Amino acid sequence: MTDTSWALFALFLAVLLALAKPIGLWLAAVGEGRLPGPLARAEAAALRALRVPVEEMDWKAYAFGTLAFSAIGLLFTYALQRAQGFLPLNPQGFGAVSPDSSFNTAISFVANTNWQGYGGETTMSYLTQMLALAVQNFVSAATGIAVAWALIRGFARHSSSTVGNLWVDLVRATVWVLLPLSFVLALCLAGRGVVQNFSPYASVTMVEAVAYTVPKVGADGQPLKDAAGRPVEETKTEATQTLPMGPIASQEAIKLLGTNGGGFLNANSAHPYENPDAFTNFLEMLAILLIGAGFCYALGKMVGDTRQGWAVLAAMSVMFAFFAIAAMSLEQAGNPAFTSIGVDQSASATQSGGNMEGKETRFGIAASALFATVTTAASCGAVNAMHDSLLPLTGGVPMLLMQLGEVVYGGVGSGLYGMLVFALLAVFIAGLMIGRTPEYLGKKIGAFEMKMVAVAVLMTPLLVLLGTSIAVLTEAGRVGVQDPGAHGFSEILYAFSSGANNNGSAFAGLSANTPFYNLMIGMAMALGRFGVIVPVLAVAGSLAARKRTPASAGSMPTHGPLFVVLLVGTVLLVGALTYLPALALGPVAEHLALFANR
Amino acid sequence: MLASLRPALIVFAALTFLTGVIYPLAVTGVAQLAFRDAANGSILVVDGKPVGSSLIGQPFSSPRYFWGRPSATSPQPYNGGASGGSNFGPAHPALAEAMKARVEALRAADPSNRAPIPSDLVTASASGLDPHVTLAGAQWQIGRVARARGLSPERVRALVEEHAELPFLGVLGEPRVNVLRLNLALDKMG
Repeated sequence: MTDTSWALFALFLAVLLALAKPIGLWLAAVGEGRLPGPLARAEAAALRALRVPVEEMDWKAYAFGTLAFSAIGLLFTYALQRAQGFLPLNPQGFGAVSPDSSFNTAISFVANTNWQGYGGETTMSYLTQMLALAVQNFVSAATGIAVAWALIRGFARHSSSTVGNLWVDLVRATVWVLLPLSFVLALCLAGRGVVQNFSPYASVTMVEAVAYTVPKVGADGQPLKDAAGRPVEETKTEATQTLPMGPIASQEAIKLLGTNGGGFLNANSAHPYENPDAFTNFLEMLAILLIGAGFCYALGKMVGDTRQGWAVLAAMSVMFAFFAIAAMSLEQAGNPAFTSIGVDQSASATQSGGNMEGKETRFGIAASALFATVTTAASCGAVNAMHDSLLPLTGGVPMLLMQLGEVVYGGVGSGLYGMLVFALLAVFIAGLMIGRTPEYLGKKIGAFEMKMVAVAVLMTPLLVLLGTSIAVLTEAGRVGVQDPGAHGFSEILYAFSSGANNNGSAFAGLSANTPFYNLMIGMAMALGRFGVIVPVLAVAGSLAARKRTPASAGSMPTHGPLFVVLLVGTVLLVGALTYLPALALGPVAEHLALFANR
Repeated sequence: MLASLRPALIVFAALTFLTGVIYPLAVTGVAQLAFRDAANGSILVVDGKPVGSSLIGQPFSSPRYFWGRPSATSPQPYNGGASGGSNFGPAHPALAEAMKARVEALRAADPSNRAPIPSDLVTASASGLDPHVTLAGAQWQIGRVARARGLSPERVRALVEEHAELPFLGVLGEPRVNVLRLNLALDKMG
């Protein structure tokens, strides 16, 4: 790892941890309804005018509401994609998106995944982008925040039958948390070169025209072949370059802050119009982890013991540091196959060196590998480098981070509630070892909670491993694979890890915009999201009803280093036991093959 | 679930209006007032004519110009209408083949240059629109460009140094050169 890499990593972690407390204080204040007077009055007036019920809800009503709200979002996002050809703000004249792709994209954005089988600038109208996709970026993130608030209230409340009001939570998360942050970030990005307009795509005459060859197509639309059966090619010249436009900055900001990850443009945050320089790249990485890290502090604040929040944040940060340093070092080593043909991959004062396939010069190895870690530690899935072209073990880092359940900071809200599920599992295991009733944050953990924890912990591994198995065993699954050998298996494993854990990044060599993958990954995304949210809300409801028991000499402290180790151990152990065999067939096998002849 | 339907619809409609209409319009309004150039694609204008964007790379193949990164966009390289990388895995045979061809093309264009080739010159960028090459990548091409233009290598080297962008505070960014800007400056030199 180079000095630049160390410096970038240290600076990033320091700024992130410094921001965790202020963001956490605000998340706690909004979650507890402690808004400044004028804001509170404006909100109350708006809710009254819209006749939104503001009474407290029990966990079942809260869960039903979440499902109903998401179902409406799903239908709306689907309908808008299908109808975009007839609607305004479509300067490129894009037609309807195919039914299976629309279905997949709708689930993808509602489930805060933003897996994308389509290329943004060649598929979606401005209206679809801003009114369907960007809106889901906001409200799916708000849903995650709401569920996390409800779970924290489950710990904080005493003999309560309710966990909060979903509608108020959704409005507050969107209006007081996500909107102001997005507005500021969008303007920072636009100021550096992220496009923000409603103009049609621009066209410029290039300095030098480009000649290129394409397969010649016959009158029947089939590629022509010569007598020997080889495809016939023709040479064409292009003198102009298309420059995509649109309301990109506004969508970019919430794509990152809401850990959504769905790019306006196909190349996502690798595209200069989404991420023009190293400074915007730093802001984008911060935005991805900001709310996830802050939520740990909010947890401590809301349960009345900030040490508890710091402990969870410490557990996440330890894992993050390990994976970030691993990815940055591994990728810097370069591809042994390139060195043998006279390519210089060494780091120096004039180049970043390392494996540059699928990376941007302005980010080099350090900012690309760190971004890959950040985006998969959170369930964001934005990419500034093509993950499919990462070296085998580097590619294994994002894969494993997703498979751990997106709890290393994790998605907005979902990272915290996912980590709390593991915390309950950790105290349960500790309780078994020392023979005491497990307790966490002043609540005794009973059989019902542990059943729900088991459902939540097992849901995504089941989806990932079953989905991968089905894809590997069927022709429809195998046909989409681009790379031969172990890497082809990795492409499929990555796809289902990403979908079920609601990340959304891809080993994009996989041709996933087929009915098979659109339906399979669509289902994995939906079950991976709501199959965790419902049991988490059940835990919240059950805990809220319990009495808070003050800590006694017999309770295990959950704010010290011992608990941090226990929590990290639980997360890694569950992840490792579940996925090591699959990872051995993918990244590990490929690594051994690639480096065997060095 | 039915009882939730009415508030779900109302809240969805209200938040859609706020985040899907008001928010993008507000950002556009402020951005167009405050950062007109940056928010409209950072277009480079020479003699009153747009020649490209300072953020988007262009393909160059003449020995008189510095070449940018290989681009995997389809059908033509540096297709601004369809960004993307090759997505080849590190052991893909097609990647090895493409790398070999790129190395040969660079060597053929400058047979006297025996230095190892900086990796960014032979690897496809993530966006296919990378506007930069590394400083090493630009320096590697100085001999060829100087010869093709009948300029002294020192003058071309000075121009490259002038266009070098170094990491901010030694941390943010990598040593690099904007290829389109560099080539426009070359043309200006004659």
